[in-house]
Amino acid sequence: MSQRQVLQVFEQYQKARTQFVQTVAELATRPQNIETLQNAGVMSLLRPLLLDVVPTIQQTAVLALGRLANYNDDLAEAVVKGGILPQLVYSLVEQNRFYKKAAAFVLRAVGKHSPQLAQAIVDCGALDTLVVCLEDFDPGVREAAAWAFSYIARHNAELSQAVVDAGAVPLLVLCIQEPEIALKGIAASALSDIAKHSPELAQTVVDVGAIAHLAQMILNPDAKLKRQVLSALSQIAKHSVNMAEMVVEAEIFPVVLTCLKDKDDYVKKNASTLIREIAKHTPELSQLIVNAGGVAAVIDCIASCKGNIRLPGIMMLGYVAAHSENLAMAVIISKGVPMLSVCLSEEPEDHIKAAATWALGQIGRHTPEHARAVVVTNTLPVLLSLYMSTESSEDLQIKSKKALKNILQQCTYLPALEPLLYDAPPNILKHVVGQFSKVLPHDCKARRLFVTSGGLKKIQEIKAEPGSLLQEYINSINSCYPEEIVRYYSPGYSDTLLQRVDSYQPLTH
Amino acid sequence: MATLARLQARSTSMGQQYYYRNSVVDVFRKKENDAAVKIQSWFRGCQVRAYIRHLHTVATTIQKWWRGYLGRQRYQLIVKLAYYTMKMNLYNAMAVRIQRRWRGYKIRKYCFNYYYLKEYLKAVSETNDAIRDFRIMNSCTLFRCREALEEFAEMKDREEKKADLEREEKKRDYQARKTHYLLSTKQIPGIYNSPFRKDPDPWELRLQKAKPLTHRRPKVKQTHSVSLSDWLACTSARSFPRSEILPPIDRKPCQGPFRPVAEVLEQRYRPLEPTLRVADPLDGLKEARREVQRQEWARNVNDNMFLPFSSYHKNKKYIPTLHLSSKYGSDSYGRQHFRDENPKRWICDKDFQTVLPSFDLFSKYGKLYSKAGQIV
Repeated sequence: MSQRQVLQVFEQYQKARTQFVQTVAELATRPQNIETLQNAGVMSLLRPLLLDVVPTIQQTAVLALGRLANYNDDLAEAVVKGGILPQLVYSLVEQNRFYKKAAAFVLRAVGKHSPQLAQAIVDCGALDTLVVCLEDFDPGVREAAAWAFSYIARHNAELSQAVVDAGAVPLLVLCIQEPEIALKGIAASALSDIAKHSPELAQTVVDVGAIAHLAQMILNPDAKLKRQVLSALSQIAKHSVNMAEMVVEAEIFPVVLTCLKDKDDYVKKNASTLIREIAKHTPELSQLIVNAGGVAAVIDCIASCKGNIRLPGIMMLGYVAAHSENLAMAVIISKGVPMLSVCLSEEPEDHIKAAATWALGQIGRHTPEHARAVVVTNTLPVLLSLYMSTESSEDLQIKSKKALKNILQQCTYLPALEPLLYDAPPNILKHVVGQFSKVLPHDCKARRLFVTSGGLKKIQEIKAEPGSLLQEYINSINSCYPEEIVRYYSPGYSDTLLQRVDSYQPLTH
Repeated sequence: MATLARLQARSTSMGQQYYYRNSVVDVFRKKENDAAVKIQSWFRGCQVRAYIRHLHTVATTIQKWWRGYLGRQRYQLIVKLAYYTMKMNLYNAMAVRIQRRWRGYKIRKYCFNYYYLKEYLKAVSETNDAIRDFRIMNSCTLFRCREALEEFAEMKDREEKKADLEREEKKRDYQARKTHYLLSTKQIPGIYNSPFRKDPDPWELRLQKAKPLTHRRPKVKQTHSVSLSDWLACTSARSFPRSEILPPIDRKPCQGPFRPVAEVLEQRYRPLEPTLRVADPLDGLKEARREVQRQEWARNVNDNMFLPFSSYHKNKKYIPTLHLSSKYGSDSYGRQHFRDENPKRWICDKDFQTVLPSFDLFSKYGKLYSKAGQIV
């Protein structure tokens, strides 16, 4: 055979390999093909191609592997078990940027499924090479490496610690300062995933000076970037008062309040999460937010969205109101209570309703004025129905009972308490009657209204054990009225009167 | 003889007569005896009854005096008690008055400023309105910040202009009041009401509306010179002694037995140091508990208490130790008996007791005669 024919064989083989690898990579983009590919044993076929002489085949093979591993965790485990990772890590250092990007993609695809797989990645020493990738010139490589770090650190604190120990955090902060939007976003999400697990990790992120850069990026118009930045700041601020204060010192207010009016729902959600994490810690931080007009902004944000997006905003109102009565009054004058009542009636999900009842309870528990402001919007029957309904989850029932109890203990607005006399179960009725017994002795107009509206009649119909607290309250209410009226309204009075008519003998002269 | 016969004939009748006369007495004797007995018994009865009546009156008198004495004692006690309760009620009412005033004063001065709170809430609602006026459709933030600031600045300008106008108006009004005599009368038209004009000058109308000023009372000329007594005479609680002119530096000390200024100011503006009893509320413990509960309610997302893990081992199978699972049983040494197996090594022939009696170590404490070991 001539030399050319021999070389032709090799060329054909190379062409065949290229075509195979490219087709597999293309087929792997569609999920329905992947099962077939897996059954056909594509893993074992792709593996030797990783060591191929031709760089394009190597890169395409890596890309195909990445797409396969991205699809489900069985394939990812197969990648790990097949011992491909050390090979990838070794080649990562010396190859060109396409290979690096593809290899980082594979690492990310494997690491995203479960902590064990991510641990396998860490164990084979991939983190150091990924850190080297983070220092690369090409922003695509850095982006892929940052994404891999983000997915690895997401699972638990040990993995995040491993990422931090590899020295990734300062490089991520450098990535944030780059002009490319996608790189910034991914680096911010990586920092957010690292900082979310524990205060020490968040401190590590803060020590590198990430907060200042993140705070500057809030002004960026890109929605996805804003999402990641706000999420990163909220993960940092949630751990302790010091962190929250540091985030606040980066002068995010009142800029963050404008993010609450963004068109993108998740930007709104993350912004309200950030404000909630700050407001949670101390009354002073809540006061700062109130002074900046944050409460009104959050209420408008709640009004403009639906469902789970509202949840952090509702919780923020609850946290602010929980700290002190002045802050609760600030929430009330910002028209927070009608908004919360609307949420309570509109939302179908139980956990959002539970949050709204909890927030209403925190607002109304301080003083009678607060309770009146809550009760005037006709929330008590709604709370009662939530407590009594069998469809509400246990958490919702517990929260609505607590909220009811705390509001009732301060409520002196009698017209709102009257409907509760008719529907309430005994443990709630005790509080309602107790409030009546506190208010009626001192207010004669209220006493008259109580009689004319039929409340006194209802009170007489209540059966209470003698010596119980309910009986004491009923006695103290009865002692506010003359005996004839009490007897008139006691049940069965008409029967006794008729009996007396029957037994009466008129005097015959 | 005849007399004898006569006497003998009469003797039977004499005997009968004698007997009859004696028996008559006897008949009456019983009656009279009975009558006498009756009389005597009646009389004795009267005597005894009189005596008993006397005893009754005496006893009644004694009881009457004794009961009176007891009653007076009890009455005095009641009076003392009533007087005491009346005094205590009065003291309580007066103490309530003092406490009410003091509590109001303390809260208003040191704890809570109601008007400041109202101002703060007003400021918050104004800030909220400013924030809500943003009509943001896109997320162009700084520009909108500036817009809202401009609106705010416009509002401020408007308010300032209004205040200026009002000040002008006041000044003109005062001028009109001062020069009310320039008003025109029926005979003489004033300077603002010239007959050659169509209608009077607006100043004329203002003069008509103005009320003339009253005579000023001669005011005592206030000296602006500052002396030491001025500084000390400032008795209002929170004000720093205000004066337009500060005292000259090289002032010679004033005459008189005055206390040093610093001492006086220190005493006057001494901060409140309430005792622990005043500073703490009465139900501090209960409040603290409630505060902890409130914080937990605010902080916890889930209200269920974490249950102990006692049912963690529920399904775990128990694996006994080798000693308990062997079929030869456990050794009775160490459980049933503690002595050596070899009886020759026993030190006494009575077995050890597994239950020890109590020993009275401290029953003789302080009762021994010796002073050994006692603290001097």
